[in-house]
Amino acid sequence: MSGARNYRLRRAFGTAGFYGCVLLLISPAILVFLWMLSLSLKNEVDNMAFPPVFIPNPPTLANFVDVFEKNDFLTYTINSVIVSFGATGLALLLGVPAGFGIAKSRATKAAALVMIARVTPGLSYLIPLFLMFQWLEMTGTLWPIVITHLVITIPIVIWIMIGFFEGLPAELEEAALVDGATIWQAFRHVALPLARPGITVATILAFIFSWNNFIFGVVLAGRETRTLPVAVYNVLSFEQVSWGPLAAAALLVTAPVLILTLLMQREIVAGLTAGGVKGG
Amino acid sequence: MSAYAAATPLTAVSRAHCRNYARNYWPFVAPAGIIVAAVIVFPWIFTLYMSVHEWRVGSPMAWVGAANYLRLLTDDRFGWSILRTLYFTVLAVAFPMLLGVAAAVCFSRDFRFRGLARTIFIMPMMATPVAVALVWTMMFHPQLGVLNYLLTSIGLPPSSWSYDASTVIPTLVLVETWQWTPLVMLIVLGGLASLPSEPYEAARLDGASSWQMFRHISLPMVWPHIVVALAIRTIDALKAFDTIFVISNGGPGTSSETINILLYLEAFSYYDMGYASAIVVVFFVLILMISLVLFSLRRPG
Repeated sequence: MSGARNYRLRRAFGTAGFYGCVLLLISPAILVFLWMLSLSLKNEVDNMAFPPVFIPNPPTLANFVDVFEKNDFLTYTINSVIVSFGATGLALLLGVPAGFGIAKSRATKAAALVMIARVTPGLSYLIPLFLMFQWLEMTGTLWPIVITHLVITIPIVIWIMIGFFEGLPAELEEAALVDGATIWQAFRHVALPLARPGITVATILAFIFSWNNFIFGVVLAGRETRTLPVAVYNVLSFEQVSWGPLAAAALLVTAPVLILTLLMQREIVAGLTAGGVKGG
Repeated sequence: MSAYAAATPLTAVSRAHCRNYARNYWPFVAPAGIIVAAVIVFPWIFTLYMSVHEWRVGSPMAWVGAANYLRLLTDDRFGWSILRTLYFTVLAVAFPMLLGVAAAVCFSRDFRFRGLARTIFIMPMMATPVAVALVWTMMFHPQLGVLNYLLTSIGLPPSSWSYDASTVIPTLVLVETWQWTPLVMLIVLGGLASLPSEPYEAARLDGASSWQMFRHISLPMVWPHIVVALAIRTIDALKAFDTIFVISNGGPGTSSETINILLYLEAFSYYDMGYASAIVVVFFVLILMISLVLFSLRRPG
C-alpha cells in the first residue's frame, strides 16, 4: 500500500520536475522577449530607472509613434519587403527546378557546391561583389542587396528542394514519361504539385533568413536603400540614445518573423531539422 | 510473338531514356547554375586573384605575389584574432551542444503544450539577430542594465558584461548560446524522433534506468545527428558576426575582435582589399579544414 503511494508520489514529483525543466529551458527566450516588450512600452524615465521598472505603468505607445515620426522607418520597411520578397521569389524560380534537376540526376557535386556555399562566411562574398557593384554603378539602388541576398536564399531553396524531390516516389514521374510527357511536363504537372509542402518550407526559411540578414546591407546599403536591420543599427542606435524607441524599433523589425514562426512552426521545424540551414 | 513485338519498343524507349537520364536534367539546373556562378563562384575566384594584389580603393592595383600572406604571418593583430575566434568558438559550441542535447531529450518526450513550448524555444534563433543584440546590449549596461540588477538582488557581484576586456567574450558566448541552442536541439530531436521503440522496451524490462537507456541506446543511435549539429554549430560560431558587431564591435579595444570583425575592418573601414582578401582565403581554408575533420567523425560512430 505505502509502496504504491510512494511510487505515485515519486511519479508526481517526476512530472513536476520535468515541467520545471521545460520551463527552465524556455524561460530565457520568454524573458528576453518580454523585456524587449517592456522596454518598448515604457517612457524614458522608467527605462532609465534603477532599480528597473519591470511592468510598464501606464504602458505607452509613444516609442512606436516616435520611431515612425522621427525616422524614415516606412522607407526602410518597404526596402526590406522588396528585398526579401525579391530574393525569395527569384530563389524559388531558380532553385526549385535546380533542386529537381540535381535530385533526379543525382548530381552530388552540385549538391556539394551548395554545401560549400553554406560553409563560406558571408563577408567573403562581399569584397568582390562590392567592387563589382561599384564598377557596374548599381550602388544606390536596391539591386545589389537583392542580388547578394540570393547568396543566402538560393542555397536554402536548392538544399531543401533536393531533399523533397529525392523523397518523392519516382514511379509517378516515370509513368508520365512513359506516357509520352516531356521531362518539363513531368516536372510541371507531376513533381511540382507533389512538392508543394517542400516549396512552402523553402519559401518561409528563405524569407526569414533574408529578412534577418544584416551583413550584406550594412556594407552595400546607402542612406535610401537600408533594410530594416541595417536601419535599426545605423540610424536608431547612433542618432537616438534613448532605449524606448530603440526597443520599439527592434520589436517592429523582428515581429513579422516571430509571428511567422508562431503560425508556421511545423513547417519551420521540418525544414530546419532536415537541412540545418542558416544564412549569412 | 505479339507479346514480344509489344515489348520491344518499350525496352528501346526505356533504354534511350536511361542513356539520356543524367543529361536531360541540365536545363533545370542551368539558370540557377549561372546565377550561382555569378554570385557565389565568381567571388571565390576573384578573392583568390585579389589576395595576390595590393589594392586600396582609389589607388591602382599592383601584383605583389605572396606578400599579403607573408604579412599575415607577422601580423600580431591577425594572430590574436585567430586565437580569440578559437576561444569564442570552443565556448560557443560547447554550451549550445550540451544544452541543445539536453533540450532535445526533454522535447522528445510527449507532454502537454509540447508544440507551444518548442515554438517558444526556437524563437531566439528565428528572431532578427540585430534586433535581439540591441536588446542584450541594453540589458548588459553596467549601471542601468537589468542583468546587473538581477545579479545584485540575489547577492552576486555585478559584472561589466560586454564593457570589459576580460568579460566580453564570455558575454558574447552567452548571447550566442541563447540564440543557437535551438538549432542543436532541432537537429538532435530529428534524430531522436526517428529511433525505434523496441530497444527501450527491452531495456525497461531488464530494469535499466533512464540514464542508462540514454547513455547506451539513445546516444549511440543519434550520434550521427549530434555530429552534424556539432559541425554546423562550429561553422556558425566561426562565422559569427552580427551579434559581435552590434554588441561590442570588436571592443573594448580589440578584445573581442574575431577574424570576421578584423576582416570587416580591413575591407570596409581601411579599404585594404588585397590584404582583406588574403584574410578571407586563410579564414575559408580554416573553416573548410575544421568542417572536414568534423564530418569525418561521422563514420566511426
